[in-house]
Amino acid sequence: MGKVMQEADRAARTGQHEASALVSARRGILRERGLPWGGVGFATVALLVFPVFTQALDWPYYLSLVTRAMILALAASALNLVLGYGGLVSFGHATYYGLGAYTVAVLAREGIRQAWVVWPAAVAVAALAALAIGAVSLRTRGLYFIMITLAFAQMVYYFVVSFKQYGGQDGLRAPRTDFGVSLGDVEVYYLAFGLLVVSLVVLWRIVHARFGRALQAVRDNEVRAATVGFPVYRIQLAAFVLSGALTGLAGALMAHHTQYVSPAMLSWPQSGHFLFMVILGGVGRFFAGVLGAGALVLIEELFHVVTVSWQLYVGLTLLAVVLLAPRGLAGLAEGRKR
Amino acid sequence: MALVIEQLLNGVQLGLTLFLLSSGLTLVLGMMDTINLAQGSLYMLGAYFAATASASTGSFWVGVGGAVAATALVGLLLEVSLLRRLYATDHLTQVLATFALILVFNELVRMVWGPQALLVSVPPELARPVQILPGLAYSAYRLTIIAVAGLLAAGMFLFVHRTRLGMWVRAGASNRPMARAMGVPIQRVFTGVFVVSAALSAVAGALLGPIFAVQVGMGEEVLILAFVAIVIGGIGSVKGSLAGSLLVGIVDTAGRAFLPLLFGALFPPEVASNLGPTVASVLIYLLMAVVLFVRPQGLFPVHG
Repeated sequence: MGKVMQEADRAARTGQHEASALVSARRGILRERGLPWGGVGFATVALLVFPVFTQALDWPYYLSLVTRAMILALAASALNLVLGYGGLVSFGHATYYGLGAYTVAVLAREGIRQAWVVWPAAVAVAALAALAIGAVSLRTRGLYFIMITLAFAQMVYYFVVSFKQYGGQDGLRAPRTDFGVSLGDVEVYYLAFGLLVVSLVVLWRIVHARFGRALQAVRDNEVRAATVGFPVYRIQLAAFVLSGALTGLAGALMAHHTQYVSPAMLSWPQSGHFLFMVILGGVGRFFAGVLGAGALVLIEELFHVVTVSWQLYVGLTLLAVVLLAPRGLAGLAEGRKR
Repeated sequence: MALVIEQLLNGVQLGLTLFLLSSGLTLVLGMMDTINLAQGSLYMLGAYFAATASASTGSFWVGVGGAVAATALVGLLLEVSLLRRLYATDHLTQVLATFALILVFNELVRMVWGPQALLVSVPPELARPVQILPGLAYSAYRLTIIAVAGLLAAGMFLFVHRTRLGMWVRAGASNRPMARAMGVPIQRVFTGVFVVSAALSAVAGALLGPIFAVQVGMGEEVLILAFVAIVIGGIGSVKGSLAGSLLVGIVDTAGRAFLPLLFGALFPPEVASNLGPTVASVLIYLLMAVVLFVRPQGLFPVHG
């Protein structure tokens, strides 16, 4: 009897879920038929010429701020691949971000600073961690998936902190890698810009390829996708590893930007902030990561200027977003149009 | 031998205090399918309230009582004003909303009490160690914690498993729509459960204040331990959260105490001094990963 009720209840809920997924999928296809060329073109040109202004006006602070936003945009876009397109709530993406950053710093400490070694190593370490963690975590679902990704993230956090020779709780200096020419702040800016653009192109191609469609099919109805013959586990794992690798790339970039890595980059509040960025941008929309990271950096900056207790207002903003505008900035813009 | 017993007692003490948090967490998860990351903030508030109240009244135990009452009130306000709106939403929304609450609570505490850690002293009558076995002196304060937390855990256990109200709670945790259909006022029962769980978190925070530093961020560490405990035990099961909490408490304490010794015997000292603390700190997460891998629903699955 209880079983029957439960089954009916579940069926009803899946039905609702499917209907809403269908609606959102249809809207997604309509929205994502082409790139919003105007906005993308404007943003690209603006970001390309931005350093000219900051150098001319001597605003190094704003150059650094935009660099930071672009790096976080890369990480959040990578998370959006599994969160938005895969429906997997990873509460441990700080792990791949932090590992990418620590790889740069640790290799530098060991005397290895050649760019062609360090960058692939950072991405590979993050990808391998994502492969190992994903392989275990993806056997669980829902709540358990959230908790196990969090647990693995904590494991890596304590693991890294326990290495006293690599700074422990204090973090580690991370001198920039050697490209043959020395990197200044403007070079790092363009490096972040270039890698963000390349990554976004790759992500765009992926989510619109067969693989990306399959990933979304699994998100919308796992049982059906499996019945049709999709290798569900392998699709999700591939997306998870790719997402981890790109997040690691963002971490390596951040290490170059700040020239310092700290355990906070691996901590679970950092994972929470990545989730916040994607939600803020509008989960499942292609530019969620970019919009969300930009908006969060802006929000933090504004409150930072106004008050020392800026975290309070960031928290209140987050609360307001999830309760009042669960579809994020993109959703808000869409709602106004209709 | 004395060391083993001492560490075992430390483990039980940590486990029982964890249970004060994890029992509430698991019922919130089981009954309302809601992740509440802010449970750690209630624990932190309990510790701060207790520190302030005992400093102003001069009595540690009055402080604990005041902290429990104040935190229960905060819990009630939280449930009525905010958590209620989260029950129908997905897990991602709950994680983010309660994560936001952590940021808000941390900042509020920092504004009221300042960024420095508060030091709370052990009540003078319990400051001296007692002889529990020949050759083994143990902190009287920690023994008191074991007694208080043990009594509360037993009370919670009896309440959930032996009373009609407790039966409703269990019914709600195992199948909410069914329980509602049979006439259980789930919403009211749940508000009660949440207030009790806030009070228990405050007890844990107030009692652990003199052992750990009372500082911003103390809630997050213990929150994650409590989550590990309930995931190991099986979400929604009070029995599971008790088993999981004790397991986490004992494994964590024993790992920190004995693994460095063990590795010291097996490996050269320079390797052992690194490896010991590293493995000890990840031990419980390893335990959780193994349990989830072998029994994805935890040790005591609730949903049939």
